[in-house]
Amino acid sequence: MKSMIFAFLAVAVIAVAADFGLDYAGFSSQDATSGPSVRLD
Amino acid sequence: MSRIIQSFLNLVFACLCVLSISVPAIAQGVDGPRATTGGAQTLEDILKRQNDQKIDESFRSEAIGSPAAAADERDQLGVLGGVADSEFWRAFRYGRLDELGDLSVSARGPAAEVVIQDSGMRWLEFREGPLATYGGYLLLGVLAILLLFLLLRGRIRIDGEKAGTTIQRFDAIERFAHWLLAGSFVLLAITGLTLLFGRMAIIPLIGHEAYAPFAIAGKWVHNNVSWAFMLGLVMVTVLWIAHNIPNKHDLKWIAVAGGLFSKGVHPPARKFNAGQKLIFWGVVVLGVSISASGLSLLFPFELPMFAPTFEKLNAFGIPGILGMEPLPETLMPHEEMQLSQIWHTIIAFVFIAMIFGHIYIGSVGMEGAFDAMGSGQVDEQWAKEHHGLWYEEVTDDTAHGADHKPAE
Repeated sequence: MKSMIFAFLAVAVIAVAADFGLDYAGFSSQDATSGPSVRLD
Repeated sequence: MSRIIQSFLNLVFACLCVLSISVPAIAQGVDGPRATTGGAQTLEDILKRQNDQKIDESFRSEAIGSPAAAADERDQLGVLGGVADSEFWRAFRYGRLDELGDLSVSARGPAAEVVIQDSGMRWLEFREGPLATYGGYLLLGVLAILLLFLLLRGRIRIDGEKAGTTIQRFDAIERFAHWLLAGSFVLLAITGLTLLFGRMAIIPLIGHEAYAPFAIAGKWVHNNVSWAFMLGLVMVTVLWIAHNIPNKHDLKWIAVAGGLFSKGVHPPARKFNAGQKLIFWGVVVLGVSISASGLSLLFPFELPMFAPTFEKLNAFGIPGILGMEPLPETLMPHEEMQLSQIWHTIIAFVFIAMIFGHIYIGSVGMEGAFDAMGSGQVDEQWAKEHHGLWYEEVTDDTAHGADHKPAE
């Protein structure tokens, strides 16, 4: 069952890493589709 | 005399009436079926639309004026720059503003210049109508069939006496890859269904305020867990593709339906039987397709996949063979996204229905099946019954220093 638990942990780690990674790379919707004249925050 | 004057006035009035109708058409130089309306829509167009029939909209989508043919500013109507107000709004309506001059918008992205696109309503109606309805029926139908199968057939037991010793069926990396794929798939399925049925089924039950956190969390999970799914898909494909090439034993397995419907029938199978191969190839094909459409949705407007696909299908003449009109090769950015969403959801429904069957047979449906992916060890009797050829191969290979362990 260790493999299953490690895999589920890996799912969580990959998801968090993907979220941070895509934000860092400028792929958030905010970065990708808004302009300087659009206020989102 | 007065009667003659009265008749003459009547005649003049009648002539004026006829002229008032025909002058606009003459003035605009329109002939054919739209002459009577001066080029605008006709009663026939309106009736067709009311009956959900297609009309050729080119009479207005093309009528967007022409800046190149504009009169001098000092001339009559010259200040309009060759584009009347009605023509400007038609260009706006059909996404052709860029043809009237340089178009500048504040927001970025290829979709920013599209303000109106009526395919959005067709997409919404399909998504909330047939897509959700028939997709829901499919999932409920498969669950009902599995329940019926369990009631009629019962759990598939190990026919012989348990050996008491186990054999390694899947090693750690295989199980890790399987659970990476399976765990992410379950999360994606739950969140995907939550997002699809949220407005229709969940909000009426719990209200907008309670649903909002679910929707936000569901979107985050769906977007980010997808990467784990894609990694799992690659791992599983690489690890097992060689074992899933069809062979002659599959025909024997299919001939007796794998013994699923009759006790004591155990067709020979190697590491994967024909049923498992169907699941494997189903996962690969559906997984690749759902990943492609998912990436298209994850990076909006960046990865259009339908217009190029339609172009290729048209080139091969596929729509013609099916008796259809050629598929549109130019799609608005939003239409690409809408088609991706519909495709993604259709594939998801089929995928989930298939995996329901896989989960059933791997858990409550068959004794000993879960151990293969749980601990990786299966009872030798189970291996002999369900994967006899594989058992022989493995035991031959490991006869000297075999990997047989007493059952725990």
